Amino acid sequence: MATKVHMEALSPTMEEGRLVKWNKKEGDAVKTGDTLAEVETDKAVMELVARADGQLIKVLVPEGTTVPVGNVVAYIGAPGEKVDGASSAAPAAQPSAPSAVRSAPEKAEDARIKASPLAKRMAKDAGVDLKLVQGSGPGGRVVKRDLEGAPAAAAVDVPRTGLPFEDVPLTQIRKTIAKRLAASIGPIPHFFLTTEVDMERAAEARDALNKQLGDQGKISFNDIVIKAVATALTKHRACNAWFQEDHIRYWNEVHIGMAVAVEDGLITPVIRDADRKSLTEIGTEARELAQRARNRRLKPEEYTGASFSVSNLGMFDIDQFTAVINPPEAGIIAVGSIVAKPVAEGSQVVVRRRLRLTMSCDHRVIDGATGAQFLKTLKQMLENPLAMLL
Amino acid sequence: MLRPYTIKLGLPVANQFDVVILGGGPAGYVAAIRASQLGLTVAVVEREKLGGVCVNIGCIPTKALLHSAYIANLLKESKDFGVEVGSVKTDYGVAMKRSRKVSEQNSKGVEFLMKKHKVTVVKGSGLLQPGKKVKVGGDVYEAKKAVVIATGSRVKGIPQIGLEINKTTVISSDEALLMEKIPGSLAIVGAGAVGMEFADIFNAFGVKVTLIEALPRILPLEDAEASDALAKSYKKRGIEVIAGAKVTKATIAKDKVTLDVEAGGEKKAIAVEAVLMAAGRAVNTENIGLAECGIQVTDRGFIKVDKNLQTTTPGYYAIGDVAGPPMLAHKGSREGIFVAEGLAGQKPHAIKYDNVPSVTYCHPEVASIGLSEDQCKERKLDYVAGRFPFSANGRARGTGETEGFVKIIRDKKYGEILGAHIVGGHASEIIHELAVARENEYTVEEVELAIHAHPTMSEAVSEAALDSLGRVLHI
Repeated sequence: MATKVHMEALSPTMEEGRLVKWNKKEGDAVKTGDTLAEVETDKAVMELVARADGQLIKVLVPEGTTVPVGNVVAYIGAPGEKVDGASSAAPAAQPSAPSAVRSAPEKAEDARIKASPLAKRMAKDAGVDLKLVQGSGPGGRVVKRDLEGAPAAAAVDVPRTGLPFEDVPLTQIRKTIAKRLAASIGPIPHFFLTTEVDMERAAEARDALNKQLGDQGKISFNDIVIKAVATALTKHRACNAWFQEDHIRYWNEVHIGMAVAVEDGLITPVIRDADRKSLTEIGTEARELAQRARNRRLKPEEYTGASFSVSNLGMFDIDQFTAVINPPEAGIIAVGSIVAKPVAEGSQVVVRRRLRLTMSCDHRVIDGATGAQFLKTLKQMLENPLAMLL
Repeated sequence: MLRPYTIKLGLPVANQFDVVILGGGPAGYVAAIRASQLGLTVAVVEREKLGGVCVNIGCIPTKALLHSAYIANLLKESKDFGVEVGSVKTDYGVAMKRSRKVSEQNSKGVEFLMKKHKVTVVKGSGLLQPGKKVKVGGDVYEAKKAVVIATGSRVKGIPQIGLEINKTTVISSDEALLMEKIPGSLAIVGAGAVGMEFADIFNAFGVKVTLIEALPRILPLEDAEASDALAKSYKKRGIEVIAGAKVTKATIAKDKVTLDVEAGGEKKAIAVEAVLMAAGRAVNTENIGLAECGIQVTDRGFIKVDKNLQTTTPGYYAIGDVAGPPMLAHKGSREGIFVAEGLAGQKPHAIKYDNVPSVTYCHPEVASIGLSEDQCKERKLDYVAGRFPFSANGRARGTGETEGFVKIIRDKKYGEILGAHIVGGHASEIIHELAVARENEYTVEEVELAIHAHPTMSEAVSEAALDSLGRVLHI
C-alpha cells in the first residue's frame, strides 16, 4: 500500500506551504529521511522529508503551488503501484499566494474564472469583474455570498496605455508579518518610554574589547545592548513577561528576540538565555542567526519563544523610533543610532556619543513606573557597563 | 463473560482510539467509516443493532412495507393493464417478516462495513465521562481526538391527554413494524412523513384508517400544494383525513380507544381498535452523562453545538438527530462525514442545512428541497413558480402514474432555484437533480439546458423549469 506524503506543518503557525522545488522526481528511489522537496512556509524555506522507503511513484503538486497543511502532495510506494492521483489536486492548484486582488491583468486573461452560474449572473448584472472577487466556494469558486457586498465597477472603463499600478500578491512572509503585527498594535494597549543614554563609556569599553580580541571576532554595540537588556530584565522580571488572556507568564529565563531585516520582510530570531551568555557568545550567535534568517533557513524553534525583543535601526541613521510589540511578549526596545551631540555637563557643553532608546510596553502587563524603572536600570548598565556585573 | 484483560500498572492501551462514537446509526456508522478512511482509529459503541433506528425500526423496514402496499394497490387495478389476478389477498404478517429480513440484511451490511474499515464495535450502553472517555459496562474507552455523540431519537407519546404508548392499544412505529396481526381500525395521530406512510401501508392492507393532524393541513412541513394533492389522493382511497384537529382526551379500554377530537369547531368521538402515535420523536439525551461532562442542551432539548458540531465541552461533538433538525438520516450521515473530516485535519465543505431534501415515501411520493411557496411569500421574495403536472407527461401516462406535479420556485431576478416540490411516482429519486442544482448554485436555465431523456418522469422537471421562465413546451 502506497504511503501518502502530506504537506506537513513545518512550523507551529503554518497553515499552508508553497512547494518551491522538488528534490526528487517521479521514479526516484527514496529512503526515510531523504529531502523530498523544499517548502516555503510563513517564515522560512523548510525541507519536506520522506517518512517511508520506496519509490516516489506519484507527484501530485507542481513546483510553485501553494497547498494547505494536510493535503497529499505525493505518494511513496512500490514501483508500478497504482494510486489515486486526483485526490488533492483541486484545492492546491493556485499559482503562488492567493490575495484579494489578482496580479496584472495580462496574466488573469488565461485563467478560467471559476464561478457558479448564479454568481456569474449576479456579477454581470452588477458590473462586477469576477476576476477581482475572491471565491469562497468549493475549489475557490466564486459563489453568491461572495458577491453580496462586492463593489460595482466604474460606469465607464477608460482604456489606458500604461499600467497605473502593479499589484504584487503577498508572499508568505508579508502575510505573516501583516497578520501578526495587525494583531499586535490593535488589541495591545501600547505606551512608549524614551530615554537618551550616554554611550561614551560603552564605546570606550567596546574599543578596548575589540582591540583585545583582535581577529577573533568583534563585539558590536547591538551585542552590548542585547546583553544589557537581558541583564536588566533579570532584575525587572515584571517586564520579562507574556500576556496570556487570563494570566501573565513571568519568565525566569531571558530569551531575547532580535529583529532582523530580511529581503522583503522581517523576522525575529531568538538568542536564548541571553543573560547567561557572554558578549562574544551573543555576538557570534547574533551574526549566525541573522545570516540564516536572511537565507530563510531558520528552524521554528529558532524564531519562537522570546520573552522580550530588541529592534535596532541605528545602522539606518534613525534617531529614535517606536517598535510594535511581538505578542505574546509584553515589551520591546527600539534602538536608534549613536550620535555625537552636544550635551550639558554641569554648566559646560561637551560633545558626547548619545543613544535614544524607546521602550514599547503592553499596559496590560507593564505600568509606566515599572517600565521606567527597567529603563533606568538599562540606562545605568549602558552608561556604566561594569554595572552589569553588579 | 470474557472481558479485555487490562494491566493494572499502565493505561489500558487496547481501549484507546482516535475517535469514540456513541451510537451506530446512520450518523454514527458513517462518521466511523469516513474517519477510518482518513486514517483514524475508531470505536463505535452501540447498545442494540448497528444501523440504528433507520435500518432496524425506521427508514428501511417502512420502505419495504410501503412497497408491499404499493404492489397491493397496483394489483387492484391490474386488469386495466391486461393482467388478471382475481381477488387480491393481503397478509401483513408476511409483509412484515419480509421487511425484517431486509432490515437484518442491512444491519449485517453495516456490520460488514465496520469490519472492512477496521472499526472496533463495542456492544453495550455507553456513558460519557470527562476526559474524552466513554464507559461501557466495566470498561473505559478513551478518545485521543474526540468523542462523537450520535445517540439518535425514539418515538414519543402525548401523556398529557392520556396517549401514553402502551404497545397494545396505543402503539408507535416500533410496534407497527413488528406486529403480525393488524387491527381492523386505526387512528394515526400526526400526519407528518411517518403518519402519512403508515396511513398508506395500513390502508393498502385493509385497515380502516383515520389520519389526525393538529396543524391546518397534513404534511404541514411541505408546500401547501403538496399537502392538498395528498389529502385529495388519500380521501379517494378511503383514508379519513382530519386536519386542524385537536385530540382533547383519549379513553383507553381493553381493545378499544375512544378519541375526543375537536376540529373545525365541531366535537367528534372517534372509536378505533388502536392508535398509532406519529406526533414526533424525542432525542436520546437522558442518562448518557451529558451533565457530568458539562455538555449543554438547547431549550428545545437538542445537544448545543457550534458550527463545527462541537458541543459546549471541547473534544465532544454531536451529530444526527441529537444535534438538531432536520431529524433525517441523510443529514446525520453528512454531519458524520463533516465531523470525521474535521477531526482528520481537513477543512470540510460546510453543510448547507437549507439544502437537505425531504422525502415522504407514501403513494404518491412527496419530495422537496429549499423553500415552500408560503415561505417565499413570508420572506417577501420576488419569485416566480413554474409547474408541470404529471398528467401531461408521456412516461407517467404510460405507467398510469399521472397523479402529482413538479413545482420549481425561482428567484425572479437571477433564476436562483429557491425551492422545488415534487408529488408523484419516483419523486424521491427525481428530486436529486434539483438537489445537485441547488448545491452548485445552478439556476433554472442550467437545469433545462441539460438534455433530459425521453420519455421520463424527469422531463417534468425540465418543463417546470421552462414554465418558471414563461416558455413551457408541453402544456
